Amino acid sequence: MSSLSNTLKVQTESANTQRKLLTVIEPKSGWQIIDFQELREYRDLFYFLVWRDIKAFYAQTVLGFLWAIIQPVLQILIFTIILGNVAQLSSDGIPYALFVSVAIIPWTYMSQTIGLSSQSLVQGGNMLGKIYFPRLIFPISPVLSKLVDFGISILIVICLLLYYRVAPTWNLLFFPVFFLLMISIPMGAGLWFSSLAIRFRDVKQAMPFFIQMLMYSAPIVYSASSIPETYRILYSLNPIVGVIEGYRACLLGTPIPWLYIIPGMITAAILLISGAYYFKRMERIVVDVI
Amino acid sequence: MKDNDIAIRVENISKCYRLGVKEEQADNLLATMGNFIKNPFTNYKKYRSLYRFDDFDPLSEDNPPDILWALKDVSFEVKEGEIVGIIGVNGAGKSTLLKILSKITVPTGGRAMIRGRVSSLLEVGTGFHPELTGRENAYLNGTILGMSKKEIDRKFDQIVDFSGIEKYIDTPVKRYSSGMKVRLAFAVAAHLEPEILIIDEVLAVGDASFQKKCMDKMKDVGQQGRTVLFVSHNMPAVTRLCPRTILLNGGIVQIDDVSHRVVSAYMKAGMDSKAERLWYDGETAPGDEVIRLCSVRVKTKEGKVTDTIDIQSPVGLEMEYEVLQPGYELQVYYHVIFEGGVEAFEPIDNDPIWRNKSRPMGRYVSTAWIPGNFLSEGMYFIGPTIRTRNPELRRIRVDDAVAFQVIDNLDGNSARVDYMGNLGGVVRPLLKWETQYTLTGDHVLGETIAREGSR
Repeated sequence: MSSLSNTLKVQTESANTQRKLLTVIEPKSGWQIIDFQELREYRDLFYFLVWRDIKAFYAQTVLGFLWAIIQPVLQILIFTIILGNVAQLSSDGIPYALFVSVAIIPWTYMSQTIGLSSQSLVQGGNMLGKIYFPRLIFPISPVLSKLVDFGISILIVICLLLYYRVAPTWNLLFFPVFFLLMISIPMGAGLWFSSLAIRFRDVKQAMPFFIQMLMYSAPIVYSASSIPETYRILYSLNPIVGVIEGYRACLLGTPIPWLYIIPGMITAAILLISGAYYFKRMERIVVDVI
Repeated sequence: MKDNDIAIRVENISKCYRLGVKEEQADNLLATMGNFIKNPFTNYKKYRSLYRFDDFDPLSEDNPPDILWALKDVSFEVKEGEIVGIIGVNGAGKSTLLKILSKITVPTGGRAMIRGRVSSLLEVGTGFHPELTGRENAYLNGTILGMSKKEIDRKFDQIVDFSGIEKYIDTPVKRYSSGMKVRLAFAVAAHLEPEILIIDEVLAVGDASFQKKCMDKMKDVGQQGRTVLFVSHNMPAVTRLCPRTILLNGGIVQIDDVSHRVVSAYMKAGMDSKAERLWYDGETAPGDEVIRLCSVRVKTKEGKVTDTIDIQSPVGLEMEYEVLQPGYELQVYYHVIFEGGVEAFEPIDNDPIWRNKSRPMGRYVSTAWIPGNFLSEGMYFIGPTIRTRNPELRRIRVDDAVAFQVIDNLDGNSARVDYMGNLGGVVRPLLKWETQYTLTGDHVLGETIAREGSR
């Protein structure tokens, strides 16, 4: 018997006067494509799940959304004192606090989202077995719900920019580019990790360590210019490097180092597309394995 | 390719799972270390095997011991607007079938075609989050079930009204009692308007009044011409709501027929009781040297042996016995036990022919006729008993010798009148009712209109 996998074909019947949705359920082999129309049909569910994530995260806390500010502020403070003043890491002439804050904010978003997204299927296990809705919604919800935190914590950066009297430049027009790059990383990683995590709980064990190490792989607390010239392209294959360097350049007005951003963009695109395919392939066995 | 009025067509759907198998234990240190080193590889293989079934041929009879077929070659068709019940013991494959039709899990083989929008209700309150308010959870649950936000907006007031928890709708759900949660969840689910509705036993929750509400709503849904698949263990509910039922057993379709026939087969198999019991051997038959029991059976008024009786029909309890020694007066009676062990009544033979007369040797067949419209819906267990007088001695008593099931075909002429909910009682006699009516408020003193209960 050939390899058993499943897809759901959805076609509309045009032969009869009544248009009814025809669903075919059967095992089918091969790689599947993402059904964007289905996702669009479920957009209300998307909205409410994201809303639920946001509300539940800060439920019954007194500080509520302030936590989105407090944590990064403390991090920036500690890094500035320890790494900026005591260890005196180079920051390319930019005040260290500003240097690190522009990087910490997107990093917080990405690291939190990768963690949540990778556990999304495991934690949603209860719902998975009781009702059908496009499974893609699970890893994508944290990507959207954490944007709220990101939006709030961006205020910190704006405050620091004002404090250090950094003038806006045309580079700001590229902000959407890096924003999209920033989103695509946890999305791609989340798709991969979540489909692996349902089968191999090792993912959960390794995640905190992995994220910690990942932080050092990008120029968050140190400057990318510290990396020797010969290794810089290799270094830039990490898309997080591209995000951090891109944000720094567009917010602080320094020239955008496209040479070191584009490799990361390519990696991110591959990660995202391959993640989507892998997820769809694993989607069908999720409920049986979880 | 497909008839226009078929809503669901299931063709040879099969689903297998891999069971956990006892792992080989190492019995010495070297083997343990070996296992430890091999571990990641064996683990990977093990987890992978959970969903890959390439290692055997599903068509052959011989399967590896860790393979379990939850469903094997299940096929049936459901027309648009049909309400079909699915029953079976735990583990028969009912929930698996529903999950496959709801696209939650995937069949190993076969295919299903569904025409129309499907809503599955496999659990009440899916997605409820304790921190969100009732209102927010209603929206969340509604969208999970497939409704759009606009649809929920439109029906929100009706939903809150149905649930009866208007006062608490903006309180976080973690403060609700479990009954309130169920009511809210069901209220949301009740306002789905799917073309095809798949329900799994969700009516088993809640108190009696709430269950009645659910049943009424289910009936509404059925009457609106929607196709319904209803899985339940509640036999009266199934017979009441579904004209047709499918019995699943061990992953295959055992019977697909009119509900009361399927239900009676199911109950018979479960109860392991029959409508007829025979004793051939004089030595081992119940009784003694004076009297022996030959057979007991349950009969319709046409004389046919049956294990299912319509509630409006009379049922005959027939006992065949042989008197081996003459000169005794007999007291012949039955213990009639209702399901749950309640003793319904003990009818005693009052046939004038043999009353107070000593019996000559010979074979006797005595039948007690229970009138129609007397018994309740359910199972009755019959225990034939014979005593002799002078001296008083019970010579024959068989508990649960035979059993039969009473069902109501709901044509409106039984003692249910028009009520479709659960009726209690060990008996359900059809009584005669009389009502007297007087017009009040107008000047018609002295003029009364009497109406009699006309059945």
